[in-house]
This record gives sequence, structure tokens and C-alpha cells, in this order.
Amino acid sequence: MSRRADILKRVKNALSLPALWLGDTSHDGQGHGNSSVLTQMSHSTGQPREWLPVVGNSFQERIQLFEKNTQALKAGFYHCSGREEAHEILKQIGSREGWKKVASHRGELISPAAEALGIPILWTNDGYDIAELEVCDVGITGCDALIAQTGSVLVTACSAGGRAISVLPPHHVVIAREMDLLPDLPAAFELLEFRYGKSREGYPSFISFITGPSRTGDIERILVLGAHGPKELTILLVP
Amino acid sequence: MIAHPAAEFKESARSVAADRRHRSLIQKALGGYYTKRDEQITKFKSWSHAREAASAIKWDAVNHLDKYLEQFATRAEANGAKVHWASNGSEARKIILNILHEENVRRVIKSKCMTSEEIHLNEAMIEAGLEVVESDLGEFIVQLRKEPPYHFVFPAMHLTRDEVSEVFEKNLGSQPSESPEELTMIARGVMRKKYCEADAGISGANFAIAETGMISITENEGNARLTTSLPRIHIALLGIEKILPKLSDLALFLPLLATAGAGQPLTCYNSMISGPQRKGGGVSEPDGPEHLHIILLDNHRTRLLADPEQRDALHCIRCGACLNVCPIFKNVGGHTYGTTYQGPIGSVITPHFRGLQKWKHLSAASSLCGACTSACPVKIDIHHHLLHNRRNAAREKPLWWERAAYLLFAFFAKNHRLYYALLPIARIGRRLQGLFRALHLDPFFAWTGTRELPPMTEPSFREQWRKRKSVFTR
Ligand code: SF4
Repeated sequence: MSRRADILKRVKNALSLPALWLGDTSHDGQGHGNSSVLTQMSHSTGQPREWLPVVGNSFQERIQLFEKNTQALKAGFYHCSGREEAHEILKQIGSREGWKKVASHRGELISPAAEALGIPILWTNDGYDIAELEVCDVGITGCDALIAQTGSVLVTACSAGGRAISVLPPHHVVIAREMDLLPDLPAAFELLEFRYGKSREGYPSFISFITGPSRTGDIERILVLGAHGPKELTILLVP
Repeated sequence: MIAHPAAEFKESARSVAADRRHRSLIQKALGGYYTKRDEQITKFKSWSHAREAASAIKWDAVNHLDKYLEQFATRAEANGAKVHWASNGSEARKIILNILHEENVRRVIKSKCMTSEEIHLNEAMIEAGLEVVESDLGEFIVQLRKEPPYHFVFPAMHLTRDEVSEVFEKNLGSQPSESPEELTMIARGVMRKKYCEADAGISGANFAIAETGMISITENEGNARLTTSLPRIHIALLGIEKILPKLSDLALFLPLLATAGAGQPLTCYNSMISGPQRKGGGVSEPDGPEHLHIILLDNHRTRLLADPEQRDALHCIRCGACLNVCPIFKNVGGHTYGTTYQGPIGSVITPHFRGLQKWKHLSAASSLCGACTSACPVKIDIHHHLLHNRRNAAREKPLWWERAAYLLFAFFAKNHRLYYALLPIARIGRRLQGLFRALHLDPFFAWTGTRELPPMTEPSFREQWRKRKSVFTR
């Protein structure tokens, strides 16, 4: 406790001399900042949406942007006409890759998809053995949102069956609804605040933006997929 | 006896700068970065406004750090994390070793954490008899080679695939390979087991959110996610300057960090962690650690904070962009710096952390081209800070010969008659010097050993002017 007080006191003392405001080029260490710039800047900090990459207005434009982004990220994306089609695609990928065991979590949208595969399922909802998850060939999860601007999937420990299911198995499949598609990152943070921040339960202990399959460039800066996390990320969008 | 860092810097810079192999490797590695980064930047509606806004947010965070730190600690504890405060490296090491001891930890897995390099945590844990494995691929490679990271974002950038293959062959008994993919898979295989066996995971953090008491971790490989999900203890070590006021600030900072740092639209995993696994209270999460310990480290950051002129150096989000564009970094290489944080920003902050007189040479090793400043996503005026360091060092401890030289120059410059009377003598001296050029006898050898001395104009400007004026007035 006393360390806390010590450090906070040091911080407070250190701040007793005001800093130059940004962009003040009088490098004499004497200036105290230009308050007109200050107000101008604090005005402009409200809306990152104005400077972040462009996102279209219509649903169609956003879907197209999301698809383009997932392609660049080397993730799979299927816009399905219904749940049956999604299950069909899953089965095809499963037999191609020879899935023997699947990890999933219970949910109205997710469970039927996992069950449709007709192979043993590890349900993670009520806790599980890590060794058992480690041998699963695929993790099938839901999500909180998709983000058109970046091609990301937003997951939380609540919406996607915990922390490890979406990162330990070599293939991660996400099933999302069309209404989960958000335009940009600011919208995603608004959603988080609305869904969790303002709720009685509060934020899940883990939230993550997943943007493409796991990757590394640590050897000669050459891109390799599947560094520690999944080599494949597949996103199935259903109505 | 350890040589002075300045002497070591010179020695190493000389040999690395002449190493063609190093040069071509770094050029190749960074070539792709420039293209990808520029491509990403053009996608922003306004990259310059985004940078300005980010720098304003960081300014607010750093200049109200006391308020935000308290808020962060209170929220994090309410989320079920335990927050510890450490004034310096030895305190932080003690806190961490205590936690590991009390929790009966034998195996530790780490994800990337530069702060832990700063306080030499690995050495302390290994000495205490623990098994410590770095899980980030680049960090793992340099750990096996027993060398420090070369670049704080790309730790193994200086190595070829052959060298990596050799290290793996020697330490892991793997088959040699020419393919980066195969090599990555070897490391993946080794690491899988380590995650499942580890009792504790140690991570850093890119941001600490005051509003919600969360830490935010940015990574590409998924190793930080595994490190913070599977072991029963999670310890996060971070500097007190990592604060951001609001959760939604990340909407700006995450893409900015990814674009400036690696030319990506967003890094593969951006995870926000607010506590250990939640059970009860209407929420039950299936997995996650039993305990989350957050260690807030000062370690001389308040010293930098106390300097209002250079305080904004604490805005740094460690994206590494300033290293990637720095001509000095590319020529002398990351290891030459001899610091935890390399490149321009390392040259700015290291003197504050480890002593100005001992580390002032880093600020002199700059052409002041300003490439770092224009690359910085939070608009830190990096190259002016190098000048500030030079000025402060000279003010604090003036060099007698430098002062004598300037006094002498001032004396001649003020007496222009004397100055011009001596000019012909200087010209003769300059010609004589030409005979010894680039030999050790040359009094200017420190300069002429690798460079040309600028020529003296003949006739001088003044002489030319006198002639022309007489033409006009005629
Ligand atoms: S000083 Fe700026 S460019 Fe350099 S690492 Fe920090 S944030 Fe990036």
C-alpha cells in the first residue's frame, strides 16, 4: 500500500511543472502551451471515425469490404443463404481436413452446427480439460460482432466459449449473423459498452479482436500462418 | 572491467556498418515494411489527424497520470485483479518471485514483454531455479542464442533462416530446414507442450485502460493469448506510462499501432483482459487463470515525467516505426545500442533511465534527419529530444576543450580583421593536411578516416563580393 502512495506522490510531484502543449515549437522549456490549440484538439478527439479507413454506408458495401479484408488476411469467408448451407460447408471442410474431434460451446446458433458434423464434441461451457482441447481439430464458436473496416471478429469469454477454444485448435470457425456485422472499430467499442459496460454483470474477463489466422514474420520478415494460434480462420455468415 | 558504453557503441557501430551481409538483410527485411505501411496509411481518411488525436489523448493521459493510475488500479482490483506497485527493477523482481514462490510455480511461460528485459527478470527467475520459456518466436530464437532482442518489435530481424535452423538444430535437435514455415512449425510444436505444462504466464501490456481497469495486449502469433489463458496464474508487468483514459480510445490506437509498427490494418490479436476467470455473480466463464497480478513499474519513468520539456517521450506506444525508418539504426544495427529500447526513442529515453553522461553518445549518433519524428504515430518530436539531450549533457558537464574551441572561434569571428588576416595561413594548413589525409598523422583523422573534409572556397565569399560590388558601383 505504501509503495502505491510513494509512486503516486512521485507522479504528482513530477507533474507540478506543466508540460508544453503539443505542436508548441518553442523549445526553451519555458512555454506553458497554447490553450487555443488545446481546445481545438480536444474537440477533435471525439470522433476517430472521421479519420479511420473508409467504410461504405449500405449493408452491401460493408459485406463487400468485409469479404475483401478477409481475403487479404487469408481467412475463409462464406456468406450463406441459410443455416443448412452453413452446416453443409462445415461438413465439406471437415471431411477435407479430416476432423476427428470438435470443440464448441452451447448456443442456439452454434450447437446445431457442431452437432451436424457427426463427430465427438467437447463442450467447453462448464469447464474442460486442456489436454482434451489440445487434441481437437477445430473450435467452432460464436462471436459478438464482425467489423467490416478491418475484417475482424470480436469475441469475448462469454460469447465464444471461453478464452482458449478460439486459439488452441488449429482451425477456428466462427458463425455469425448478418446483424452482427458492424461498420468500424468505434461501433465495436460502442457495442461493448452497451452490451457489457452498462450491464449489471459488467465486462467479461477476456475480449479479443481476431483479425485473420495467427501469423508471424519473425524469420526474415516472411509471412507464415499458424504461428501459435490457428492456421485457418473460417467465418460463416448466416441470415 | 566493462568498457564505457560510448566506446562499445563506436566499436560495434564501426564493424556493423561495414558488414554488407547485415546491410542487405536489414534492407530486405524492411523493404516490405515500407510498402505495406504506405499502403495502409493511404487507406486512412486522414492519417495526420489520426496521429494528432492520438497524441492529444496521450498528452491528456500522461499529464494526468496520477488521476488515471489511481482510477486504473481501483477498477482493476474491483475486477478481481491484484495490483502491485514497484519503484524499480529490484522491487518488481522481488514481487514477481514472491508470487511465483507462494503459488508453487515451477514452470513459467512468457509472452513478449520489453519491461521484463528492462528489469532482467528472466535471469532472476532462472537463478531462482525456475524454467522460463519465451513463447514469441523471435524472442524464443534470441533466448536460445543467449542474446538480447535486436529490435523491440522484431527481436530476431538480424538472423537468416540458416542461422535460425542452426540454433534449432543445436538446441532442439530438429532437422535442418531452409523454409521459414517449417522452422516456425518446429517452434510451434515445442511450445504447445510448454503452454499446457506451465504454472504461470507472464505478459506485458500495450495499454492499460483507466476507465475499465483492463490491460490490452497486441500480438500476431497467438502466444500471448495462450500465455494468458492456459496457466493458472497470469502476471502482467507494465510501465506506469501505458495508461489510456477510455476503452474506446483503442478504436484509434489499435489501428495506429498496427499500421505504424508493421503496415497491418490491425494486428492479428488485440485482447483486453480485465481479470482472472469469472465465476459467480451471474457469469461463469469456462477457463482462464485463477489469479491475475498486475505490476505497475516506475523504474525512472517519473524522472522523465518530471522534465516538462521531454515528458512527451512517455507518449511512446513502442510501435518501432522510428527504428524502421532510422538511417542510423539500419547502419549500426540494434545490438550496437546496448540498450533495452533501441533506435531513436531508445536514444531519447535511455539517458533518463540510466544516466545522461553515460548514454549521451546515443543522442550524438544522429543525422537529425527527422525521419523518426515524421514516422511516429503519436507525434513525439523525437529528433528535437536528441538535441535536448545534447544540450542538457553539455550544460550539466561542459567539456573543457569544447568550450575552449568555441571561445577561440568566437574570438576570431568577432575580430574579422584578424580572421581575414589568418585566412591565408588556414589555406596553407588545409593543403598540407591534404598530404596526410586519411592517415593517422592527420589531426582530423576522426573525421577524414571515413569522410571528406568540406573544401574551403577559394576565393572566399567576401573576396567575391568585393569584386562584384566594384563592378556594380563602376
Ligand atoms: S517513439 Fe513513436 S515511432 Fe518510436 S516507437 Fe514510440 S510511438 Fe513508435
